[in-house]
Amino acid sequence: MGQGDIWFKGFIFAFAASIPLLLVSLVVVLFFWAWPAIIHFGWSFIFSSAWDPLADNYGALPFIYGTLVSSLIALLIAVPLGLGCAIFISEIYKSKTGEYIALMVELLAAIPSVVYGLWGIFVLAPFSAAYIQPVLGGMFGFLPLFQGPTSGPSLLTGGIILAIMILPTITALSREVLQAVPYSLRESAMALGATRWETFKVAVFGPARSGIIGAIILGLGRALGETMAVTMVIGNRPRVSASLFAPAYSLAAVIANEFAEAVTELNLAVLIELALILLVITIAVNGLARYLVWQTTLKK
Amino acid sequence: MIREIKERCFLAAVFFSAALAVLPLIAVLGYVFVKGIGALDLNFFTQLPAPVGDPGGGMANAMVGTFILVGIACLVGLPVGIFGGIWLAQYGSGKRGFIIRYSADVLSSLPSIVIGIFAYVLIVATMKRFSAIAGGFALGIIMIPVVTRTTEEMVKMVPRTLYEAGLALGLPEWRVSLQIVFRTAWNGIFTGVILAVARIMGETAPLIFTAFNTMYWNLRIDQPMASMTVQIYNYAISPFSQWQAKAWAGSLTLVFIILMVTLVVRKYSKRVYYG
Amino acid sequence: MINKTLAVVISLVLISSAALAVSLNGAGATFPYPIYVKWNKIFADKTGTQVNYQGIGSGGGIRQFTAKITDFGGSDAPMTEKQMSAAGGDVLHIPTVMGAVAVSYNLPGVSGLKLDPETLGRIFLGRIKKWDDPAIAALNPGIDLPGKNITIAHRSDGSGTTHIFTSYLAKVSTAWASQVGAGSAVSWPTGIGGKGNAGVAGVIKGNEGALGYVELSYAISNDLPVVSLKNRSGRFVKPSIESTTAAADGALSSSKLAKQIAAGDFRLDLTNAPGQNAYPIVGLTWLLVRSSLDGEKGAALKNYLKWALSDGQKYAASLLYAPLPDSMSDKVMKLINSIDTNI
Repeated sequence: MGQGDIWFKGFIFAFAASIPLLLVSLVVVLFFWAWPAIIHFGWSFIFSSAWDPLADNYGALPFIYGTLVSSLIALLIAVPLGLGCAIFISEIYKSKTGEYIALMVELLAAIPSVVYGLWGIFVLAPFSAAYIQPVLGGMFGFLPLFQGPTSGPSLLTGGIILAIMILPTITALSREVLQAVPYSLRESAMALGATRWETFKVAVFGPARSGIIGAIILGLGRALGETMAVTMVIGNRPRVSASLFAPAYSLAAVIANEFAEAVTELNLAVLIELALILLVITIAVNGLARYLVWQTTLKK
Repeated sequence: MIREIKERCFLAAVFFSAALAVLPLIAVLGYVFVKGIGALDLNFFTQLPAPVGDPGGGMANAMVGTFILVGIACLVGLPVGIFGGIWLAQYGSGKRGFIIRYSADVLSSLPSIVIGIFAYVLIVATMKRFSAIAGGFALGIIMIPVVTRTTEEMVKMVPRTLYEAGLALGLPEWRVSLQIVFRTAWNGIFTGVILAVARIMGETAPLIFTAFNTMYWNLRIDQPMASMTVQIYNYAISPFSQWQAKAWAGSLTLVFIILMVTLVVRKYSKRVYYG
Repeated sequence: MINKTLAVVISLVLISSAALAVSLNGAGATFPYPIYVKWNKIFADKTGTQVNYQGIGSGGGIRQFTAKITDFGGSDAPMTEKQMSAAGGDVLHIPTVMGAVAVSYNLPGVSGLKLDPETLGRIFLGRIKKWDDPAIAALNPGIDLPGKNITIAHRSDGSGTTHIFTSYLAKVSTAWASQVGAGSAVSWPTGIGGKGNAGVAGVIKGNEGALGYVELSYAISNDLPVVSLKNRSGRFVKPSIESTTAAADGALSSSKLAKQIAAGDFRLDLTNAPGQNAYPIVGLTWLLVRSSLDGEKGAALKNYLKWALSDGQKYAASLLYAPLPDSMSDKVMKLINSIDTNI
């Protein structure tokens, strides 16, 4: 290696290394701001449902619950749809039409979040209260999840808007994973007289499974951090409620709502601590995704 | 017989998913189009924002502001993203590479308001004023993970033989990296850059406390800078239909710009990958 | 490409810095944003001074003002003594316009709904759950009330509107005062939160049986029906610019407020004011400035405030704000004149 090479390698490494440095300094800044809340409430913060800005008493549980459940609903909707769409594009209809559908789904990712939010308030939320919730209540009303009065802005509506927003992520990534499965596998299955379903089940899904799980978890990561659209349709009520039709709250939404208006120092610190909790959840989810993707590459 | 039924169910489910996945796009875009098209006119692209009740009024300063903010974001995000991506592709197979990749992934899924808070503490609070620099910095951080990961993928796609041929010609490694590998990968990297730009053009939350906003012309980057998203937000939450219409017109313009960019890049990148 | 961008940015900076007028930045409450935009535009055309105001929220406005990131602040909720001392102590509250908070509802086929303070408090506490509750029915003879559940709509973000509304409830309902209290953000016993006035209006519009509070201008622009509230004189009054002014006149007649004004403190609570035609839920919005301002900027800000309190007032009504009563604006003007700009 020449002198120039060492310099060059060092030079670009400095840029690469600035990424984790950035993350670390971000965590340090957040920690510094959140410190008053962390020492004031301790661990009980995570399990408390209190949210009373006047009494300066706060808890994170409703937000953690709302974040996790709305993201889970999003996955329940977006995973079958996204996966089905990816299969359609890469396995069944590998023509121009398939390309167009892939393109259109990817365009969903380009629409600004605030536009989804506006659409959510005026179109999706009323639709959810008038049609989706009564139908679900009629079909599964025996479960507490689907009981209680309907409400446009609700945990369910929040989950649906998230599903729409993570659909492109899941579709695009699953499609890449499916296309990475060697064609020889499919051809051998076909040659044995397998139907398309059997081919998919035997020759494609097996090798692609871990990669698809990785795609799902990356979609989950995006859902966890989404802010503007969720806050406009989730109902913003800091309470844990059994019904999906009830209004709820999420971590990112409460930060966006209250950061501008936080009056006391403790209130501000609490919001930043919520950001830290979200960061921890994100790190965990990404770790899981990396692990699963790493497993796939290992098998190849 | 059962095989036949299973096959049909499978196909039906797959068709159904594809159709249902396209539905929201049409619903959202159609809604924005119908709401926005009525308020678009030439004034919208040439004039400053107007008070309620005054005729005309546009977002000209916000459109310019958005482009300046994106420019600053590129100055921050591109060197880190591109050089970082090259390093990851060429030397990043070990533990250090893992940490850097992991950091980029975590960064990409943080809510953008948190990055806005970071930029506020780092720049606004120290400069004692809102500025385009702070807003561009926040957007730049948001760009980094996207550009890093695309660059890494694209550089990895450059055939190894090209690299070796360069070395065989007696060129030092760094010149091979920059002049041969990077240039070959540039088209693909450019795609990633444009997609990252499309993403940050739609961001509101990280700008409110950093770039702030202004109703006047301002091109100084150490002063508050208007942006389309913050202006749309201001209008959307107002009680007056005249302003709300402007919010929709702004959304339509923004979505149009972003969609055009995405479409053109998709078309272009297909040629790069497969043509 | 990077070089080109850089070159463009630098040249733009050079061009624009050549011709820079006096410019002032302020941030805070979103409620007065439309009138401030109007004032700023006219004032800039007249004087060349560019006043830039952005609605980022009252709390944010106070924080940026305290940190001296903005030249002035805007708030619908007055700063507390603690906040004022954190900001250096030399803070003046300059009231600019007034607004009313309307109680709106969504009940198809029902109009002209009337409520008294006690019933309103019990509804927001979640004690009264149905629209056909005897307490509501007694106030609304002749109206056929449905047996629907009442869905409360409130703000999810902290807000001056919430501050005015909860201040009123705390005044008229001891149960509210002891269980919830008054503030920009409170722990709501029940209901759905909407982001901003627009979000609350959206929740009301989208849910049959909803009841919530919004700035009057949002109720009007969204065609939401408003509740007539029983005031201290026992009359049911609808929110309007006139009933807001009446409330201010009534409130100013009290000796307590007169004393406060005489002391140069305009952090006046106008809720539940006396007066035949006074609507009970009204409030002021303030600009926050320092009592001594330096240089060109300080002089420009002082001029702006003077203009806003005189000529500026005539633009208020068209944007659905109530202008300050003359008796008050005269006294505010004295306060503005006392601002020291010669340091």
